[in-house]
Amino acid sequence: MSESAITLYRLQACPFCERVVTTLEEYGIDYESRFVEPLHSKRDAVKRVSGTRTVPVIVDEHTGVTMSESDNIVTYLENTYGEETPVAAGHEGGS
Amino acid sequence: MDLGFDVVELEPPEHPTEGAQAPDFTRPLVNSEYWVDTALSALAPPVCLVFHPMDGAFPATYMWSELRDRGFGGLDATVVGLSISTPYAHTRFIEDNDLEETGFRLFSDPAAGVAREYGIAHDLGGMAGVTEPRPAVFVLDADLTVRHAWVAREHPEFPEYDALESALTAAVEA
Repeated sequence: MSESAITLYRLQACPFCERVVTTLEEYGIDYESRFVEPLHSKRDAVKRVSGTRTVPVIVDEHTGVTMSESDNIVTYLENTYGEETPVAAGHEGGS
Repeated sequence: MDLGFDVVELEPPEHPTEGAQAPDFTRPLVNSEYWVDTALSALAPPVCLVFHPMDGAFPATYMWSELRDRGFGGLDATVVGLSISTPYAHTRFIEDNDLEETGFRLFSDPAAGVAREYGIAHDLGGMAGVTEPRPAVFVLDADLTVRHAWVAREHPEFPEYDALESALTAAVEA
């Protein structure tokens, strides 16, 4: 569970977060969900990794990428893990 | 506890005992900043697993204050709690009881499935439909082998802290 290379910081019932989840699952990407509090002031963990307190945020250890904003994240996931670019398909067998 | 009258006795529990393997489970595990689905078996042994009444009930506060004050957070062990409270309530509880620095984390099990699995489920009188684990502590070695177990026989009853501390210290040194 803590071995997933991708960590998703999310908020329960946040549609932007769900959108990212949908994309992750569409591509069969293994990830760990870290749920944070609704209050921005309670989101120090998110701020620490991404510099902002907004969610969703993903941290991808495969590529060293940390990213906010669901639009950006979905595009990133498509470009990195989409079927036409099987670059980092090895999320299980990786180095 | 001597109150001068009999407290409520509970049915004998059927929980995992010393030498047995404790049931594994996965639930949201809450720290001071977020929660993440975590398997009991994924925690670094030895593990001190503390079942406590729902957050906000006074025994929960007493139990965690005691473990905090005894310095369980400084031991080379994984100390985790479990109650039926939500992750949101656990977050408040960690904050309200100054547990942030201890490293204690709390599993959330609102449907009390883990309590049933451990044979320690308790239907609360006067709270219709609410089941929670009775107070219980387990010290688990590698592979979830039970080194020490204590389960409440009365309502209310508090863990035998000295025995727990000895068992956990011994597990750390083993």
